[in-house]
Amino acid sequence: MGIESQNNEIQNKIREIARDLLKEKKVDVIIGYKKGTLPLVSQPIIIDKEEDIDTLIWNNLCYVNLAKYLVPRVPKLIDPEKGNLKVGIVSKGCVGRALIHLASEKKINLNEITIIGIPCNGIINRQRIEMEIGEQEILEVSISGDNIIVKGEDFEKTFPFEEYMNELCKVCKIKSPPSISKFPNLCVGDYQEYSSLSTDFKDVTEFEAKNPEEKWEYIKDSLSVCTRCYACREACPMCYCNLCFVDQNKPIWFGKTTDISDIIVYHLIRAMHMAGRCVACGACSSVCPMGIDLYLINRKLEKIVKERFNFTSGLDPDILPPMVDFKMEDAEEFMLEED
Amino acid sequence: MTESSLESKKNNKDWEPKIIAFLCNWCSYAGADLAGVSRIQYPPSIRVVRVPCSGRVNPYFIIKSLTDGWDGVIVSGCHPGDCHYISGNLVARRRFAILNELLEFFGIEPGRVNFMWASAAEGERFAVLIRKATEIVKKLGPNKKFEKKW
Repeated sequence: MGIESQNNEIQNKIREIARDLLKEKKVDVIIGYKKGTLPLVSQPIIIDKEEDIDTLIWNNLCYVNLAKYLVPRVPKLIDPEKGNLKVGIVSKGCVGRALIHLASEKKINLNEITIIGIPCNGIINRQRIEMEIGEQEILEVSISGDNIIVKGEDFEKTFPFEEYMNELCKVCKIKSPPSISKFPNLCVGDYQEYSSLSTDFKDVTEFEAKNPEEKWEYIKDSLSVCTRCYACREACPMCYCNLCFVDQNKPIWFGKTTDISDIIVYHLIRAMHMAGRCVACGACSSVCPMGIDLYLINRKLEKIVKERFNFTSGLDPDILPPMVDFKMEDAEEFMLEED
Repeated sequence: MTESSLESKKNNKDWEPKIIAFLCNWCSYAGADLAGVSRIQYPPSIRVVRVPCSGRVNPYFIIKSLTDGWDGVIVSGCHPGDCHYISGNLVARRRFAILNELLEFFGIEPGRVNFMWASAAEGERFAVLIRKATEIVKKLGPNKKFEKKW
């Protein structure tokens, strides 16, 4: 079965489930995706009427992590009288993980949420395609068989889907929301058991083997185009601080320029804050206007947390995230010791 | 100081690194004090910032020190289990573990930022570790990566 027909099937299923949920008043609103105004993008949408259901879509361009809209709740999800509305959320694997992780940080209440679980087959790396097309305008994008077909006024290009997926999607093991035994009725769509999560982190170890100078040059080159627009922060479901560290200005303890040292400080601290929390959705890379791919840094975080604390984010709402927990016997091989 | 004179100073053979040391009030600061009153020699390369606990050290302090031109950073706290605040250093240890790996991943030379434990009774150990850290940073040379252009 081709990717396109799979997508259509999932899309029909989402609409069917969403219609039932709204009709039976099990949820007040549904958060999902709708067609974007440009060919290579999609938009998030919040639906509360049955007649709008047909605007819901599913394809390989739905890169936004919808969990973002629950923390903090957007005004549309709060009723002046009823308080928090019951939300149904169209949820691929990483959205499900984000929801579970946010629940473990006590940011959302899973009882108020209904997950419409769907199996995701990977998100297209929009930036890479745009970069290769160059300045020509893309008018139409479609998927046929295993290829992405991009059409413009006087060109038509095909890209193999497997290769032009997000790097994080290529190694993704959790395609649909992970199941939680405590909440058997949480999910109305597909659920996934997560028994085998072994990853070899080949991409990260390859990079780690380089010497410091090479690493620094690579990181510097890839991040130097950053304009500090903070789109990565805005798209990230885990970035919910009321006042982000980069916005604190009393005192101004954080450089605001686009000088390379300030950029790297931003990305370093962003990475610190993501440790043990990143759910590998790739939303940060997908929204970057400069096409910076943060996947390597995010993978590194995943590796550190997996190896040091044997933790994978977004699987169990009852396990404490590693950065708020500690053990007496944590490894301390990096500490300075007498000879 | 103009930039060229700074440059020549850094290329000088007699160059001594400047290291900022975050010492916890209850153990390491007292340990440094003990090293002092016991007249144990250690290099004058460190400048001490007294913090209530190693758990107080925000990773940003460390990175900010590097961007501000310090050649090395040392963070020192009580031994695990001896923290005045019961678990501050244990929380800090996890944080430092991740920061250390991340710094290395970003291409900062390992050894630029050092973490250590030293109790109030370990003046000798404190001096030895400071000597060791100074040597490591001296070998790495001046910290130029984070230098701001303007």
